Amino acid sequence: MGLDFSLYDKVFENRIRLQIMSVLMANDSYDFSSLKETLEVTDGNLASNLKTLEKEGYISIEKSFVDRKPNTRYKRTEKGAKAFENHLTALENLIKRQYK
Amino acid sequence: MDQQDLIKEIGHIRSMMEKSSKVLSISGLSGVLIGIYALLGATAGYVVVYGFDSRFDYRDHYVTEPAVINNLIGVALTVLIASLITGLWMARRKAKKARQYIWNPSSKAMLLAMGIPLITGGLFSLILLSRGYFSLIGATLLIFYGLSLTSGGIYTFKEVRWLGILEILLGLFALLFPGYGLWFWALGFGVLHIIYGFIVHKRYE
Repeated sequence: MGLDFSLYDKVFENRIRLQIMSVLMANDSYDFSSLKETLEVTDGNLASNLKTLEKEGYISIEKSFVDRKPNTRYKRTEKGAKAFENHLTALENLIKRQYK
Repeated sequence: MDQQDLIKEIGHIRSMMEKSSKVLSISGLSGVLIGIYALLGATAGYVVVYGFDSRFDYRDHYVTEPAVINNLIGVALTVLIASLITGLWMARRKAKKARQYIWNPSSKAMLLAMGIPLITGGLFSLILLSRGYFSLIGATLLIFYGLSLTSGGIYTFKEVRWLGILEILLGLFALLFPGYGLWFWALGFGVLHIIYGFIVHKRYE
């Protein structure tokens, strides 16, 4: 069986992180409060998972001010996009194996 | 990981990508209502111009009379405002039901994409109006509204794009047959909206 499972990414084993990355794959950039509304999670939960993704180098952060309120936007990095695509390939391979 | 986990995993990815990039709170039923308002408006417009029991080719008034024009503008604005209120109110209701917010990055992007052609079309029609090109206004509104739908359609159901293309075609036909603007207008804003609304309602609600 020549299927490669090394592509499976432990970082995306966490559901919140997988969902954040899905949003950032579908959109060029997304801000903190919109992410929170879309994922329906608490501030703390979201922040800590964003931190992990940032540490991995999968997302980049852009801080700015809109009407004097802090506005933080997140973007996928090239590394993050590649990792996500690899992870999808790994899931695909898992499915293929099960239908053999 | 068993099969159930995998399916769930892929479900999360799919729903997040869709929820974050598409505007799914547009209500099909509001399309039907807006179509009905447009038909009522077109009927009112017909009465303003042709009078109540008119025979063929007999007009009580001509479109160039200022009182008639003011009445027609009044009817058009009433239809526009009623449609906007209905559309927004029902979208908010649908978003609430799905526990979503009506304002998200994609609905804002959609508003901008639709707003530019729509405002251009509105100003274009006002200029036509002020210069006396009354026969072109029905077609102009249809064409610019169609353009606005095709550009906003990227962010929502694919049916919106198709509605836009049909509105543009109707607008072009309206230009070819001047004098029948009201009929094309009723077909585009009334009948097409009702059909589109039923399709969206059946497929997604």
